[in-house]
Amino acid sequence: MFIVLGFIVFIMLYPFVYMIAVSLSDSISILQNKVTFYPKGFNLTSYKIVFRDPRIFTAYKNTIIYVAVGTLISLAFTGLAAYALSKKDRLIGAKFFNILILVTMFFSGGMIPKYLVVKDLGILNTTWAVILPSAISAWNLIIMRSFFDEFPKDIEDSGRIDGLNDYGVLWYLVLPTSGAVLSTIGLFYAVSIWNSFMEPFLYLQDKARFPLQVILRDIVLLGSNFDNQAASAVGDSVVIEDSLKFATIIVSVVPIIAVYPYIQKYFVKGVMIGSIKG
Amino acid sequence: MKSDLSTPLGALQSPLKVKANAMWKKLNDSKLLLTMLIPAILYFAIFHYKPMYGVLIAFKDFKAFKGFDASPWVGLKHFRMFFSTPNAWRLVRNTFLLAANNIIWGFPAPIIFALILNEVKNTHAKKWVQTISYMPHFISTVVIVAMIDLFLSPRNGMINNMLVSLGFERIHFMAEAGWFRTVYVVSEIWQGLGWGAIIYLAALTNIDPQLYEAAMVDGATKIKQIIYITLPCLAPTITTLFLLRMGRVMSVGFEKVFLMQTPVIYETADVIQTFVYRQGMIQGNMSFATAIGLFNSVINIFFLIASNAIARKLNETSLW
Repeated sequence: MFIVLGFIVFIMLYPFVYMIAVSLSDSISILQNKVTFYPKGFNLTSYKIVFRDPRIFTAYKNTIIYVAVGTLISLAFTGLAAYALSKKDRLIGAKFFNILILVTMFFSGGMIPKYLVVKDLGILNTTWAVILPSAISAWNLIIMRSFFDEFPKDIEDSGRIDGLNDYGVLWYLVLPTSGAVLSTIGLFYAVSIWNSFMEPFLYLQDKARFPLQVILRDIVLLGSNFDNQAASAVGDSVVIEDSLKFATIIVSVVPIIAVYPYIQKYFVKGVMIGSIKG
Repeated sequence: MKSDLSTPLGALQSPLKVKANAMWKKLNDSKLLLTMLIPAILYFAIFHYKPMYGVLIAFKDFKAFKGFDASPWVGLKHFRMFFSTPNAWRLVRNTFLLAANNIIWGFPAPIIFALILNEVKNTHAKKWVQTISYMPHFISTVVIVAMIDLFLSPRNGMINNMLVSLGFERIHFMAEAGWFRTVYVVSEIWQGLGWGAIIYLAALTNIDPQLYEAAMVDGATKIKQIIYITLPCLAPTITTLFLLRMGRVMSVGFEKVFLMQTPVIYETADVIQTFVYRQGMIQGNMSFATAIGLFNSVINIFFLIASNAIARKLNETSLW
């Protein structure tokens, strides 16, 4: 019983432990397969090379922009729609809209038609192409809608009596207490944009606009070499390719691991609401 | 015209007028709410429904410079062409086998994990294990495949090093077609185990403990308790999640397969969607690619409807 759980915890954590260890070790130890749990011959060479590579710097910058703008837009669009749809009795056609959205969870036009739409919009190779096609996730919308469903009607009613219109109620009464759902869904969107590969890969052409995941793939999977200048600037110690690749991976995963404790608090509840009610 | 039921004249107004007035009032009431919906409506219309309409190019000979309307209709030409290519069968087989393996091994895993975790009484430990188990879910596909590539590397990948120290030969996992499905499915389980278990764990806490107490009084073993109490109580959750899964069955995680494959292992690793990608995005055969993609979606829908019907017959849970 506990052996099984212990084993599971181990195989979930060990890959990261190993990667961190190797990325911080010196080449001799790596070549001799001496690194298992902790760095041997600790040095930051790999990380120095990774950070000096201009591609990675640009990609990081791009990703941060995409995530910042994208999360804002996604939260705004999703939040507004979720709030409106939660007013089931008052909103005309609520049922109709709900079905329309549900249907998109099961059917889609496919990769090529979607690409053609993006192309016809003239936004290929722009930030919009990365952000807009997946601006709203039906799943997240349902979770937010369920959350707004629970909001006490009396508070909203008293707001309307005081003269607030729907936007007023939303802005002054509902949103201030919706911190939990806004953070959770916001983080869901942020992580999703941070991790996205396919959309940028399909819709972007300039290397200078590529986000982290696309560059990561270039480096680790396609093996494109690190800037030779960057490598030699750190001295002429031989750096093992694997150590570099692990360092690149760690660098792109660290932000996710960093926000993880924060998401963790809220999302279990969010997922449950979404699945039970949705 | 207001319908006022308190006056004799108002009460005489026809039900239809009453309904129309009510609707008009509702529309008026919803004005602002509807404006809130506008971004979402636009989004779904442009990025989900317009492509659905665009799927029609599967039945045309679409040429980008001609545009949609000027491109001629060709009926089922692309479908016929696809099925006459030598690789059509291989693609369908690979897609199906990958999806099937993924479900057969991947679907029960979180359930079993949830069942085991549920037995842990120490809530502190339970929480820690859970927290650690969700983490892989947030790792991107690129990182997962990169990790797979590096750990399974024949030169000095961690796994191969282990094999050698145990006296086995090195295996070039990523270059042998026979290993592809295993690597794919195992990594899927690794990534999805914790996250998938969340819902089951939540459902498990909803089972009345008195049922277990009664069973223990009757002398039921742990296994018997699981079979006769836990699983039946979980059945609705399991069914619903299974149906949702079937809804995406043939869209075998394209991104991951794409990142994992190389022409060397196309024999097992080339699936319908990756072929669609090459045909459409690289070779520019838009209509042909869309047709095959449509074929993929149709199979998907078929599986979804079939499983929903079966679920409805077997127990009361179904999506519709």
